Amino acid sequence: MNRIATLICLAVFISVPLWLTDPYLLNALITTGIFIIGAMSLNLLLGFTGQLSLGHIAFFGIGAYVSALTSLGFDVPIVGDFHIVHVPWPPIAGFVLAILISGFCGYLVGRLSFSVRGAYFVIVTISFAEVVRLVALNWVELTQGPLALTNIPSITIGLPGLGYLVLKTKLQNYYLVLAVAALSYLLISRLVHSHYGRAMRGLMENETLAVAVGIDVTKTLTLAAIISAGIAGAAGSLYAHYIRIIDPDVFAFISTVTMVIMVVSGGKGSLAGPVIGGVIFGLLPVFLRPIMPPEAQWITYGGVLIAILFVLPRGIVPTLAPLLGLSRKPGGAAAKVAPRAAEEHA
Amino acid sequence: MAQLLQHLVNTLVLGGTYALLGIGLTLIFGIMNVVNFTHGVLYTFGAYMMFIVVHQLGVNFFLALPLAIVAGWLLGAAIEILLLRPLRGSDIDTTMLVMIGAWIAMQSGALWIWGGVAKSVNNPFPDAPLVLGPVSVSWLRLFVLAAAALLIVIAYLLINRTKLGRAMRATFQDHDTAALMGVNVSWVYTSTFAIGSSLAAAAGALLGPVYVIFPQMGDLAAVKAFAIVILGGLGNITGAVIGGFILALAEELGAGYVSSGYRDAMGFLIIIAVLIFKPTGLFARAERVG
Repeated sequence: MNRIATLICLAVFISVPLWLTDPYLLNALITTGIFIIGAMSLNLLLGFTGQLSLGHIAFFGIGAYVSALTSLGFDVPIVGDFHIVHVPWPPIAGFVLAILISGFCGYLVGRLSFSVRGAYFVIVTISFAEVVRLVALNWVELTQGPLALTNIPSITIGLPGLGYLVLKTKLQNYYLVLAVAALSYLLISRLVHSHYGRAMRGLMENETLAVAVGIDVTKTLTLAAIISAGIAGAAGSLYAHYIRIIDPDVFAFISTVTMVIMVVSGGKGSLAGPVIGGVIFGLLPVFLRPIMPPEAQWITYGGVLIAILFVLPRGIVPTLAPLLGLSRKPGGAAAKVAPRAAEEHA
Repeated sequence: MAQLLQHLVNTLVLGGTYALLGIGLTLIFGIMNVVNFTHGVLYTFGAYMMFIVVHQLGVNFFLALPLAIVAGWLLGAAIEILLLRPLRGSDIDTTMLVMIGAWIAMQSGALWIWGGVAKSVNNPFPDAPLVLGPVSVSWLRLFVLAAAALLIVIAYLLINRTKLGRAMRATFQDHDTAALMGVNVSWVYTSTFAIGSSLAAAAGALLGPVYVIFPQMGDLAAVKAFAIVILGGLGNITGAVIGGFILALAEELGAGYVSSGYRDAMGFLIIIAVLIFKPTGLFARAERVG
């Protein structure tokens, strides 16, 4: 999608609260926005390196827990009388720590699991997410287990000379999520158009050939995993401070599936794909809720996923963008690689 | 010592059904290269078929078991023909996502039809367990072990002694060559998926009466099946049987001596450890990974 279309989209997202005042819909948009950030980070792995990580929610959840615990403080017995005590820090520190720690977990998981590919990689990532969920459920001293962490403070931003701004209202949170989403979009866009991005696509297209021309596989994939996990952690932190209560259900496998659906329906390997797919699938439940019971909504969800894979296997954006004249014009070096990559692997 | 003996007996009972789950998945995974996320739903389906046949149709418990297996076989064949056959030749990620979609839809369907409240299936065995010295085991669990063992032997004979089994093994080795030799690969795939599904349904039908049944019971079963397959090596039937018993042992010992909260973490830890240290599985022939 070209620059003008991107800016128009951004302008539309900025103007939304001006014409949409229904708090229920605004709430749906905020949670959808948080999940779109997660989906964008998943797209970096799935769409640009070809690695289907089905444990992505682990980084989201780790971000949520790190951020919540940093701003709430904790007192955890380790061995005997030895305790680790942490006094509450401001939520913005939690946000930064969430990114760093999730990114570090991404590094660890990447180093360990990129030695296997395909179905095995998928299963390792699922297992990682489930182990993290079980730890969150059972380490009650730290996480309160199923009782949940409650009263998580809202994010506070210190403005020089103006005091502190507590982001409590839906409107404020909407713009916070939008800002983080726009920054993540920019970061991912810069990355995939850099030489690292070309190395990732090269690996996805033909790993043997990529290795032969000197691309460091582990380094490239690990870098993608770190950034992807860091962004997912940021999304988790936003989630924790917006919803203000988290329990181990934040690690539910179905949330990973939601992100995968957003990426695949929008178009993996397309920057705008997760945003378009995310808006559609994030808001679908809002429209389905009045007309059918929850079970039927999920049946529809599963059915729509299957239908998209049968009918639009490349996703909405890569299929529709050329028809609307929005495909990237030939220009930079990256642009020459992109259409071929999209054609063969979308 | 008495506690250890009791854990070993429990391992035997649990391991038998785990092996059934593992064989079903390893066949589908190995022969079709499909990561079957509906395996857990088939397990749930088998358990609910027991409930329907015993409680709603009033049929004898022992007759309900084969009926549940046949129902699982039919559902598996239907999934294969409707969803996987049109996708022959697509990459593994696409089929995987389609199977995830099918799993979500079917599990929500189960929740819609049967409700979220856990149900239990009556069985004709006496309540008093069989006590042998320090160990006690219920008659129902003994029956489950015997039935599982019988089904494992039947599956083994089917794969190693029949014409269909030979076609399945040939397709596993090289589906192009098998097709050239006159094997109808498409029907081998359908049969494989149906047989794998019926084994999952059998495991559910056997364990359903032991525990309670609810629509999400298959999720953990599916993960355990993946753990068993990875432990035993892709497409390796004997490996799946041994893997089933190893997982059961790890769970029993983990729950008994570490913490019961981490009982279900054992499967995941095994998966991660095996894939990091020996990605071909413990008993694999030199097979390609990925």
